[in-house]
Amino acid sequence: MNLTVTVNGTAHTVDVEDRTLLVHLLRDHLDLTATNIGCDTTSCGACTVLLDGESVKSCTVLAASVDGQSVTTLEGLAEGERWHRVQEGFRSKHGLQCGFCTPGMVMAAVSLLDENPSPTADQVRQGLEGNLCRCTGYHNIVAAVLDAAAAKPVTS
Amino acid sequence: MSILGTRVMRVEDPKFLTTGGVYVDDLRDPRLDGAGHVTYVRSVMAHARVTVDGSAAAALDGVLAVVTRADLADLAPPPVPLGFIPPALGRPWLADGVVRYVGEPIAAIVTESRYAGEDVAELVSVDYEPLTAVVDPRVSATDETLLFPDHGSNTALAFEAGSLDGLFDGCDVVVTQQITNQRVAPVPLEVRGTACVWEGDGDDARLTLWASTQSPHGARDQIATALSLDPDRVHFIAPDVGGGFGAKFGVSVEDLLLAVLSRRLGRPMRWTETRTENMLGMGHGRAQLQTVTIGGSRDGRITAYSLDVLQDSGAYPHFGAVLPFMTQLMATGTYDIERIAVRTKSVVTNTAPVVAYRGAGRPEATAAIERAVDMFAAEIGLDPVEVRRRNLFAKEAFPLTTQVGAAYDSGDYAGALDKVVAAAKYDELRAEQQRRRDSGDTKLLGIGVSSYVEITAGPEAGTEFARINVKPDGSVVVYTGTSPHGQGHATSFAMLAADELGVPIERITVVHGDTDLVARGGGTGGSRSLQLGGAAVHQGALETVDRARELAGDLFEAAAGDVVLDKARGGFHVAGSPDDVRGWAEVAASADAEHGLIVDTDFTAQGATFPFGAHVAVVEVDAETGKVTLLSMTTVDDAGPVINPVVVEGQRHGGIAQGVAQALFEEVRYDEDGNPQSTNLADYAFPSAAELPDFTLVDMATPSPLNPLGVKGIGEAGTIGATPAVQNAVVDAVAHLGVRHVEMPTTAERVWRAIQDAREGAK
Amino acid sequence: MIPAPFDYVRADSYDAAAAALGEHGDEAKLLAGGQSLLPLMKLRLATPAVVVDVSRARDLAYVRDDGGVLAIGALTRHCDVARSADVTAHAPLLAHAAGSVGDPQVRHRGTVGGSVAHADPSADIPTALLALGASYVVRGPGGTREVSAADFSTGFLETVLAPDELLVEIRVPSARGEAWGYEKFTRRAIDWATVAVAVQKRGGETSVALANMGSTVLRAAATEAALASGAGAADAAAHADEGTEPAADVTASAEFRRHLARVLTKRALVAAGR
Repeated sequence: MNLTVTVNGTAHTVDVEDRTLLVHLLRDHLDLTATNIGCDTTSCGACTVLLDGESVKSCTVLAASVDGQSVTTLEGLAEGERWHRVQEGFRSKHGLQCGFCTPGMVMAAVSLLDENPSPTADQVRQGLEGNLCRCTGYHNIVAAVLDAAAAKPVTS
Repeated sequence: MSILGTRVMRVEDPKFLTTGGVYVDDLRDPRLDGAGHVTYVRSVMAHARVTVDGSAAAALDGVLAVVTRADLADLAPPPVPLGFIPPALGRPWLADGVVRYVGEPIAAIVTESRYAGEDVAELVSVDYEPLTAVVDPRVSATDETLLFPDHGSNTALAFEAGSLDGLFDGCDVVVTQQITNQRVAPVPLEVRGTACVWEGDGDDARLTLWASTQSPHGARDQIATALSLDPDRVHFIAPDVGGGFGAKFGVSVEDLLLAVLSRRLGRPMRWTETRTENMLGMGHGRAQLQTVTIGGSRDGRITAYSLDVLQDSGAYPHFGAVLPFMTQLMATGTYDIERIAVRTKSVVTNTAPVVAYRGAGRPEATAAIERAVDMFAAEIGLDPVEVRRRNLFAKEAFPLTTQVGAAYDSGDYAGALDKVVAAAKYDELRAEQQRRRDSGDTKLLGIGVSSYVEITAGPEAGTEFARINVKPDGSVVVYTGTSPHGQGHATSFAMLAADELGVPIERITVVHGDTDLVARGGGTGGSRSLQLGGAAVHQGALETVDRARELAGDLFEAAAGDVVLDKARGGFHVAGSPDDVRGWAEVAASADAEHGLIVDTDFTAQGATFPFGAHVAVVEVDAETGKVTLLSMTTVDDAGPVINPVVVEGQRHGGIAQGVAQALFEEVRYDEDGNPQSTNLADYAFPSAAELPDFTLVDMATPSPLNPLGVKGIGEAGTIGATPAVQNAVVDAVAHLGVRHVEMPTTAERVWRAIQDAREGAK
Repeated sequence: MIPAPFDYVRADSYDAAAAALGEHGDEAKLLAGGQSLLPLMKLRLATPAVVVDVSRARDLAYVRDDGGVLAIGALTRHCDVARSADVTAHAPLLAHAAGSVGDPQVRHRGTVGGSVAHADPSADIPTALLALGASYVVRGPGGTREVSAADFSTGFLETVLAPDELLVEIRVPSARGEAWGYEKFTRRAIDWATVAVAVQKRGGETSVALANMGSTVLRAAATEAALASGAGAADAAAHADEGTEPAADVTASAEFRRHLARVLTKRALVAAGR
């Protein structure tokens, strides 16, 4: 089937199998490989992207379902050279190691802060319940999100 | 001022935070265009005779091949993963008439598209004729059902140390306990993945293979051996690797097969497993049944300890079969115990192979003795911290060799314990615990302590390669034989080079993970990298400076001995003439105008190192439901001087979380027929941020005398210390109710049952 | 992992969905937010030939105060229910339950109607709705009918819905100002409930609903009866598992589930002021 999806501000029209998952649309058809696949069961959150601004697990959304909608992946988060404050927070607090969970974790955190701009540490932990990381023990991830929350949102 | 020990942010991170890493499945190398996609058909039975018919599947459109063992009859079996594993216990390329665990590859399907592979896999016909599944290692040890009749026994390996004769003679108190160090899954977030292409014909054919591995050079050699190739014919590349935790050390049979299929079909090949396959097939960790017995005097002196280990190796022995050797070597832990005896046996079962997993044999040793010491303390009614203090090896005793033959290099175990106890405010915690007990609060407080020592870069003294290349423009490329996958070597090793060369780290690049670019290497595992690879970079940098002084001497027409490096200015001058400085660029260009100055070096350690530490865990136990909530972790993890605190703290955090996860959440279970019960991350309780607290890290740095940096490994220490501290805390929370031990993971139901059983017992 | 092949049909309204179901009959499966169905399809535990995607049927996504009854469109997402002022005012138990479904990503996509129709006995939404005495409006070619929450699920993942029927609306009698309690026991925050208990007071009566204590969500009838005869929370909660047949799985034994049902019921009753 043919569908048109705006990804990181660019409209793409693609022809895919009906059963194509959003994550495969991004990775295999659009070559946007930051978004990763870490599980089969909607558990790990490595594939988290923003759909019309809200976090979703792109392994559990059909590409067909988002025809006409707008998707943001890690690749589209920075504005040119200017990083999103969540990216800055992860960098300054060493909120990543192997980097595999990072794109999903960052996108989940962006959505979290959008809905709750001043979370407590506990709210950050609860808010990231759908994203697994095996490297960091989450300590620095929580610090990174709190750091991002404390930073002023970048206004363009 | 030295850059070492300062908080340098990782140079790796910008990529990961903007475009994401490039893992195997992300590769868009044009040589992989038109690649076939491999899907493995895996056994759904634990032990059975199988017959496979792939003809219907092979006839479908888009199917390039369906390959079974019969199609590979011309190949010698793949080599066993470790030299001392009996060849009769080696695994076949694909199931050879018999399957021995759920998840064992039976057939390989090659399809044009990735999506088609899963569809076709359902159409491969496999007939199973069930055989008796041996799931419990205790049953395996009876040899009633042999998994490998040609081997004549289910025992793969056995180790022992010390004498059992009169071991506990003269002890006032002897406590014994059976302990399950349960099977857990490593679960790197990136599953296994491989891609490969052959280029050239006949004897000139050369394989390029990308795989998610921790050890590209070792993996290259394994592939070369398996395919009877000269290692030069294999170019092995580890791209970004999304975690390994020991389980990605070396290659898997699926990797090897990919190279075979690629050559036969004349196409590049790709394989990316699913998480389910990963949970079934990558291998698991731990899986020991232990019996500990500890004896001593009523005043708290431990004089005798025995550890009996039955290691479940899974179906085809791998690293897991050897883990008990490491468990044995670390059996005595931090304690000066007069008499000690260890007996271990590794047996095969109809379960997934047991592999190395963060700590690999040492967490099992620490968990055993730390539970034993706590039970001993409970038995004599002494505080567990006090009992530990009375039995630790004294600071003055180092270096020392333990009763089981481990040569501990340096340590201050009492110092670590004192620091962590003070930082955790142990006495206040005990008071709060008592207050809750007295008030009848249903939220019980548990305080757990562990003291640990482990072995890194061992058991044999290790070696590692480094090349320092100062380019004619003055920039530096460091090549290392380690293969980081999150550990930040590109940052730490650049710091080491910068510190000796006086070149800013912004001008230093670290290259790793490519067997064509890096001459040799041991990879990353066993917490070896900094003390071997980092020491090699340090040594290489020193040698580079020496060589550069000679070159500069030629430029100055002075003796090399009179030339000094001014690190602050990044250049050389003759002693006493600081105004005439020749920079690194000029000196390097004088060696070779095109390539600059190149120095290769191999660092060989004088021995394995022994990081140590102490942890305090505080848990809250809901006395009604048994649910355990971890409130805090305070840890001392002493691995010698810290090169980059940012990186080291990260290693500790991650290690602690994995140790906690084993104590509280995770377990790979099989039913009695060998059917796995936790094959995905919905069933397998991998904790999220919501289940864990912040961790409090206490600094301590006791140098090792065995390498010039004085460093030890930090990758696994947190895991090793955390598990028993948390388990001890859970038992401590309910000890006043009469509970003596709770098996891991200490789930709500286990804790609730332990409380029930203690109440029943008290009646 | 990917689902087995299927034909995709987009239905952005009730009428379009009804037409698609009429055309494809029981070969078709409705896809709402997909947060339960797609994982099953990826594992190939569900292999519908046709998927009718109603995730953007806007006419079925709303929350309305229908004069003493809260009317919620079946395709209203969990996150929208959780933050709805009307739901928070009239059925705070439901708002709370919606906020504890899965994780934020699942709540951004999953719908309350999807959860009800999926009929997983461990799910938050049907448990809360059972305690609230909700009813479900079902529409099909034969007309519209209203089914009480107690009668809706007929077994594990089974409901009274005919293949050509849609759950279109959830109706919750207002419980404004009434006390409630919700206790959910999980291994991890993200997990389905090992056991959960929803308590809703209304007038002098107390409803108690249990998740994961059988093949459907259940009322704790013995507890409700004990409360009606004046028993206190602890005494009434001791009967919470009576008549239930909880399953044993990797998470918990049946015996432990029974124990949890009693403990959690007591706590939920206490939270609701009993």
